[in-house]
Amino acid sequence: MDLRNTWDRWPDANGRFGEFGGRYVAETLMPLVLELEAEYRKARQDPAFAAEMQDLWTHYVGRPSPLYFAERLTEHFGGAKIYFKRDELNHTGAHKINNCLGQVLLARRMGKKRIIAETGAGQHGVATATICARFGLECVVFMGETDVERQKPNVFRMRLLGAKIVPVSSGTGTLKDAMNEALRDWVTNVETTFYCIGTAAGPHPYPEIVRDFQSVIGREARAQILEREGRLPDAVMACIGGGSNAIGLFHPFIDDEGVRLIGVEAAGYGIETGMHAAALNGGRPGILHGNRTYLLQTEDGQIIDAHSISAGLDYPGIGPEHAFLRDMGRAEYLSCTDDEALEAFQLCTRLEGIIPALEPAHAIARVGEVAKDLGKNGLMILNLCGRGDKDVFSVAKALGVDV
Amino acid sequence: MGRTRIEGAFAEARRENRAVLVAYLMAGDPDLETSYAALCALRDNGADIIELGAPFTDPMADGAAIQKAGLRALANGTKLTDVIALAARFRKDDQTTPLILMGYANPVHSMGYETFADAAATAGIDGSIIVDLPPEEDAPLRELYTRHGLSVIRLATPTTDEHRAAKVSEGASGFIYFVAVTGVTGAGSADPAAIAGQVAMVKRVSGLPVCVGFGVKSGAQAAEMAKIADGVVVGSAFVEKAGDAHATGRFKAAAPAMGALARELRVAIDSVRKA
Ligand SMILES: Cc1ncc(COP(=O)(O)O)c(C=O)c1O
Repeated sequence: MDLRNTWDRWPDANGRFGEFGGRYVAETLMPLVLELEAEYRKARQDPAFAAEMQDLWTHYVGRPSPLYFAERLTEHFGGAKIYFKRDELNHTGAHKINNCLGQVLLARRMGKKRIIAETGAGQHGVATATICARFGLECVVFMGETDVERQKPNVFRMRLLGAKIVPVSSGTGTLKDAMNEALRDWVTNVETTFYCIGTAAGPHPYPEIVRDFQSVIGREARAQILEREGRLPDAVMACIGGGSNAIGLFHPFIDDEGVRLIGVEAAGYGIETGMHAAALNGGRPGILHGNRTYLLQTEDGQIIDAHSISAGLDYPGIGPEHAFLRDMGRAEYLSCTDDEALEAFQLCTRLEGIIPALEPAHAIARVGEVAKDLGKNGLMILNLCGRGDKDVFSVAKALGVDV
Repeated sequence: MGRTRIEGAFAEARRENRAVLVAYLMAGDPDLETSYAALCALRDNGADIIELGAPFTDPMADGAAIQKAGLRALANGTKLTDVIALAARFRKDDQTTPLILMGYANPVHSMGYETFADAAATAGIDGSIIVDLPPEEDAPLRELYTRHGLSVIRLATPTTDEHRAAKVSEGASGFIYFVAVTGVTGAGSADPAAIAGQVAMVKRVSGLPVCVGFGVKSGAQAAEMAKIADGVVVGSAFVEKAGDAHATGRFKAAAPAMGALARELRVAIDSVRKA
């Protein structure tokens, strides 16, 4: 089987990755997602669009991000060589801006003047607010009440950037509720508004658009590792919330059959407790937020609230392409508990002098096992997709430290 | 196959030169017993068609009133199987009033489309409106519905142009539900004059009756909508009565209050004589 031909087919004309994906939206939104798809196809053909994005990536975001050999972490585990793809060095401190920039440029092409976004950790909200400030666009960010509380620094940053924050109290006041509210806003303000989705989920074409914009991570990493090591890695690893940083890293490696693609989901208090955010490891297929994918849900098809110490991973679903990659056996999905992530957070900080966000700390927590499994001659890349500044207060609290 | 109950309801209204009244309630809010009483009260006070809301944790097209109603129904344990059982109980004594299940895709998907279609038909449900199953995504359900004689009721909205109306009409049956405003349920009200042309277009393209809903709360508004459509849908206003009953703890007050509202709407709609 020629994988290259196989993988390039997805998503298909109906926006599906095998049985996953699709456009499960209210009729009001159907003309909008169809228009978005058409506009995106046009933009992708337009060299001016690519040039504008490239220019801002270079001079505003700070791309390419470095590929860094995590020497002490490698020594610590005593297995494969571990490289970090340092997307935490991007402007605004995470990978989220790669996608925001692309979507907001698309919105400008479409003549939309009002941008809405959902956010969990606040990183996507900050990135969206940043790009909107840069282009003088109105920005409204929906954020669960619980998250407004635990991500205060980011809330303040968004306000400084001129965004309006709408705290969402419905449900449990986390990311999924923020997404519901953003969809409700979009249904209401169809003419003026562009919905900038922050992860590789939502109705088609969002999973494809977000993947394409985030794939800059994997494209750079692939070229960088070839230059540094003269060969492809044996494994690439990333944490999974909705799956955007992971699919961005994975996608340019999908056709490289020898490269293991490893995602790490948030296991919260442990998958067996039911208090987690591991949709692939602890959920089953269903329909939410415009796509068919793995979801945390009851027997009766009601959505179960996710739990993770990391607000950015606290989502009961996962992007449809990951559901597909997992069912096809192309990618592996591990999980990591809150406690393990906290430990990895501290380990990385002490050994590498890099304070990671709690989200990639989940991937760091599993990297040792994979490194040992690959052995001394192995080579791997971990996406350090965000920095931990936003998390220092919640980490202090979890560690029982008064700051 | 003979005439469906939904077709029957529209035929009768046409004969009487009036528009139909479609009433929505959330099953299980504040409890299933109250919902049963409410179904009867709505029917007895002039509702021609009843939409039985199936609760979902993440109702992305609903405003606060129906969101809260769904959460109340879920809080007391209402499951999709209970909603179907409620329909079956109503159907035992009522062979004519159409019942339409309205909800979101995931609970139905979770039960399995085949199991659901089978159970719904057996219970005497006449069709469904699944908000997040646009024509692009409902093919598997549509096939099963055809086999079971159930209607696929689709939505049209202010964003539906003629081209899209044709897509919405593909495989649709019963009637088209025209959502009068871009927005969630219970939000602002529409200007009938602004949508009249589009309602007529959807009727022409689909060849089906068109009912208008979203934002209709009073008799006066219902009468205005009755002038431009084959039917008027009222939801949040009924759901708020159940909400009041829940708030005061006087569940028994819900059905009479919903009945009184249905009566008011019925009288107002009937004041408009249709050609
Ligand atoms: C730093 C960081 N990493 C990861 C995520 C999770 O999102 P995704 O799985 O889409 O990359 C977030 C979300 O807020 C984040 O802020």
